[in-house]
Parts: sequence; structure tokens; C-alpha cells
Amino acid sequence: MHQSNRTQKSKAVGQPTTLFEKIWQSHAILEREDGTTLLSIDRHLCHEGSFHAFDKLKAQGRSVRRPDLTVAIADHYVSTNAPETGNEDPSRREVIERLTANTEATGIRLYGIGDPEQGIVHVVGPEQGITLPGIVLVCGDSHTATHGALGCLAFGIGASEVAHVLATQTLWQEKPQSLRITVDGPLGPGVVAKDVILHLISVIGANGATGSMIEYAGSTIRALSMEGRMTVCNMSIEAGGKAGMIAPDEKTFAYLKGRRFSPDGDDWDQAVADWQTLVTDPGARFDREVLVDAADIAPTVTWGTSPEETLAITGLVPDPGNQPDALRRSALEATLAYMGLKPGTALTDIMVDRVFIGSCTNARIEDLRAAASIAKGRKVAVPAIIVPGSTLIKLQAETEGLDRIFIEAGFEWRGTGCSMCVGMNGDITPPQERCASTSNRNFKGRQGPGSRTHLMSPAMAAAAAVTGRITDVRDLA
Amino acid sequence: MQAFRKLDTAAASLTLANIDTDQIIPARFMRAPRSTDHGQFLFHDMRRGPDGEPRDDFVLNTPEFAKAGVLVADTNFGCGSSREAAVYALHDAGIRCVIAPSFGDIFYSNATKNGLLPVALDRETVKTIWRTLETANSARIEIDLEAQTVHLPDGTTHGFEIDPFKKKCLLEGLVEIDLTLLHSDEIDDHERASAEARPWIGTIG
Repeated sequence: MHQSNRTQKSKAVGQPTTLFEKIWQSHAILEREDGTTLLSIDRHLCHEGSFHAFDKLKAQGRSVRRPDLTVAIADHYVSTNAPETGNEDPSRREVIERLTANTEATGIRLYGIGDPEQGIVHVVGPEQGITLPGIVLVCGDSHTATHGALGCLAFGIGASEVAHVLATQTLWQEKPQSLRITVDGPLGPGVVAKDVILHLISVIGANGATGSMIEYAGSTIRALSMEGRMTVCNMSIEAGGKAGMIAPDEKTFAYLKGRRFSPDGDDWDQAVADWQTLVTDPGARFDREVLVDAADIAPTVTWGTSPEETLAITGLVPDPGNQPDALRRSALEATLAYMGLKPGTALTDIMVDRVFIGSCTNARIEDLRAAASIAKGRKVAVPAIIVPGSTLIKLQAETEGLDRIFIEAGFEWRGTGCSMCVGMNGDITPPQERCASTSNRNFKGRQGPGSRTHLMSPAMAAAAAVTGRITDVRDLA
Repeated sequence: MQAFRKLDTAAASLTLANIDTDQIIPARFMRAPRSTDHGQFLFHDMRRGPDGEPRDDFVLNTPEFAKAGVLVADTNFGCGSSREAAVYALHDAGIRCVIAPSFGDIFYSNATKNGLLPVALDRETVKTIWRTLETANSARIEIDLEAQTVHLPDGTTHGFEIDPFKKKCLLEGLVEIDLTLLHSDEIDDHERASAEARPWIGTIG
């Protein structure tokens, strides 16, 4: 037990290899007899929730091995109303202050309150060029798979593993199963990355990728912008996936060029030459393959309390009477009771109480542009907030005049942060209220105790805001 | 961490799929340091009605199962958020083992690092356990990690799989960081070789 050997490169030279396998092999320090591998970590992102890990280090008298490979970002607890205060609520502000104190004590760079580049950790990483193709990146947050859109291996970890990374810059990992999801064909009108990933989760299920890393491939994925690719990878965890990744290409390189921590000069050329090898070779084997036709994807909305509970916008709320398994029938009845929905209701007949456009899933500039295109010249029917993914995105949107479109339509234009995706900062949906949301989880109570969440794309959420009901965006375009 | 060897305790059935970590511990309780008893937050909103009063129909609210040490749950237990506080809440409430057909990956990993044993059994076996607990005179279950067995009140025994290293850490209550630091030389070597092979990655300090 725990005897280690130098990693044996099990693949013969020239044998076709997956993108994942290439990154895994280049980061394997050693392998235990049971196959568990010690991986080196290139980038580690912390946020306020990392206090448990810092506390563990302190209690064990350890130091941070590589503060220069770690950054911390305040996002979960930051007020979107009064961001300059951190949070007006003392107990929430105190959690932000813990992060400040921990980073000061350990020499970790902090994107804190008032920093012009502060934002949501999974938005800031790519935006700052902290995230690069071919690296291994971890963060104590399950939506870390977002970064895989740039062709790296990125996954979420718990506090004990955060402490392990802080102390050793490594992690023990069992090699996950591999799953390739190939989506081919052009997307229909009004169908965007969020619809793709919601559809995929409904196809493979909320635990369809448990124990697996997902590579997204196919012409539909290649045609997505970097923002769209991040939206897809972001929700890999909602299908149980450990990581999601997309091979880097010219779009990726163009996105990264000139960002703060992106390589430059000779380093850039050398990096791009290496990144161009980060593809799954023809003939490489996956443990599982799923093929999806883009023509089958409509604007998609969740109706239940699991991200797998989705339907095309033209659908009807399911009827428990059609469920033969007694346990599942009673679970479905409970879900509909929680959601306040009657079987057979058309999704477009569901009235909403509020709208949230934000989160690490859908708060990038392209998302705000899509929402603004619907908001333009219309008025909100219900309270609706826009929470940009970062301070830089907020500025860019203001430069483009999107803020004025939103404000004139009656939306609230807020500061950046995780906000109503998780409600930690105090932005919540009140009990029994229904929220059309661009975030990633429709779990019971996720947006506040008793809250009812319907996940959808930014344009669909904006459409719900201006009509007061779940709306097919194609009817407004 | 607290070692896990054997357990002989009441087992409570929770026959709902996709119990996510937001349900295990809602986000608003996550400001608490580890020294706070997280057991008070366990299933906080599931076990209470809209009026805030405990629901009679939630298994852990019944006298028979209030002190259950094992939870027998359905598919995808602990999916969603990476919050380790979900494991703290179960652990502090006295639950040392969760049996389910499958677990969220991060939850599974977090559990094994905090003295909570996750036991994955196929769904038919889990359904058998639910039935047995319902019909037997006793709802006690015996778990033996060394032998990798679950023993039910009807006399049947079911084996389970666990990664040998996670098993060893649980059995001995080991902290992984100590073991990893034994490999400091290899980590140093790899770090140097990586910096040479891929200098463009650089630092972000």
C-alpha cells in the first residue's frame, strides 16, 4: 500500500490518445499500486469558502507550498447592491474578511473587494489568462469544469483536497472513466449553448457522467464561441461529470492572446505549438460515446428540482400518473408539489415572479448581449436583476450601452458575484416564488428556502422578464 | 480524522434520488467554522415544514431513527455542490455511513477524508435493504470496513467495493497530506521538469 513507482507510460508511442490522457500523463508524478495517481496542479483558485482549508492548514501547522500558483477571488458572499462594502451584513462580510486575512498571511494574490478585475472565479480565471490549455486547474467549487472549455483538465474539489493542494500542490486522483459527447449539426433559431447542455443532461441524466470526464466534440461544439463552450463545460457536474473539456483551437488561442497571464513573445509561439497537439487522436478509445443531433435541441427549460428534469419549451409538465414505478411516482408528485405545478400545464403558461440573469454559467458578455437584444425597447413585467460575471464584463457592457438598455427596460443593473445562483450573499428568491434563472441548479431551496427555479438561457430569461411567464424566445425575436 | 472500523447501529431509509448537498446543508449555514456542531444543519429544510416545525414524516425526526448511524439512500446521493460541510453535517449528526446506489464524486471523496464511509451497492440490493429495514423487527445494520461487508437484520450479508487506499486511511484515521509529503522529492523533481518542458505556464502570483 502506498508504495509508489515512477509512472509507467502504459501507452506505446504513436498509439492514439485522448486529449484527457495527454494532460493526465504530463501531470502524473507517480502512481500507486492501486492505480491512483499523484497529479501536479498548475493553477489553484480559492474563494471565501476556502476558509475551511486554511483553517485545516493552520491547525496542522503547515504552509502553502506554491502561493505563486494560487489566486483567491471574493465572489460567493459579495453584495451586488453595495459591492464596495463587501457585504452590508456583518456575518457575510466577515467571511470575505477571512479570505483577505488568509491570503495576506500566505502571500496569495487576492482579487478582493474593489479590485477592478474581481468577479466570479470561473469567469475571472479565463478572463485573466490564468486558465490555459493543457494545464490542470482545481478549485473548491463544483463548477470548476467551466475552465475545461479552454482545453485543460479542471475539476472541483472539497475542503480537505483544497488543503492538500495548498500544502503540496498535488492531488491523489483515481483515473476517471472517459465519455465523449459528440453534437453535430447547426443549431436552430433561438437555440444556444445553454439549451445544448440542458438537453445533454436530460439525455444522459443527472448522474449520467458520474465518475467520468466528458470531452465535448462535434461540429456544434466547435461552432460555439468561447463563452458558449464555457457554458457547456460549466454544467458538466450537473450530469455528475468530474470534468468537461473541449480541445483548444484557433478560437481558444485568439481568446487567450494578450490576456494578463497569457504567455507572450517566444513563450506564446512555443505555447501555441504545444496547444495544437492537445487533441484527441483519430481512433482513440473512450469508455463511452454519446451522439446527439443538434436538430433535436430546442430552447430548453427545467420544470423540476434536478437539472435532468428539462423539456423543450413547447412541452407540458409531466404527469405522475404515467410513471409506473411507485417510488418514482411519489417522488414526481413531491417535486410538482414543491414546484407548485399541475401535470399537463404548458411550460409557456407558467407565470414567474422574478428573473435572475447571472452566474458562472451565463454572465459573460455574449450572455448579456443576448439578454439585451430581447430587453431592448420592452419593459419588465416582474422584478429582474442582471449580475455581470466580472467587473471587466460589467464595464464592457456599459461601454456597449447594454446597461442603458436594461435600465430603460426596468431591469436592475447590479455589481458582480455569484448572487442569486446560490444566495449566499443575501440575493435570494423568497419562499414559493418562481424564478426564471440563467444559473446552473434548480435544486430545492438553491436560490433561497422554498424557492422555485426554472433554468434557461439568457435570452429566454429576458423573455420571461418582459412577459412575466416562461416564454419561447422565438416568439419575441 | 476519526477512524472507521465497525459500526452496529440503527439504519434510516431515505428513498429519494438525487439528494444534493444543498439539501444536506443549505448554503446559508456555510459561514460556520468546523468547530460549530454542523449536525444541527443536517437536512435543515427537508426535515421542517414551511412553518419551520419538524415534519413527522421525515425519518430522522422519528424517535426510532433520531440516532441512526447509517443512512440508506437512493441514486446520486450528495450530487451538486462540492461543499464539504455536507459531510460535516452528516458526521456531526452521528451518521458515519451512507449506503446508496451511487454518489456524487466530490461528496464521495470528501466523505472518505472525514471519517464517513460511503458504501455503493447496486440499486436492487439497496431496495432489498429498504424492504428488510421495513419488515424486520430491528432496523440495525452492521458495517465492517475491514471485511467490506454490510450485515442486515434478516441475516444476509452484502459485500462492497472500496479503493484500498481510501480504506486504509479510513481504518487508521490517516491524514493524506502527511503521506503525500513523504514524496516531496518526486514532487520537486516533477515540478522542475514541468517548468522546463512548459515554461509558458509560469506563475500567477
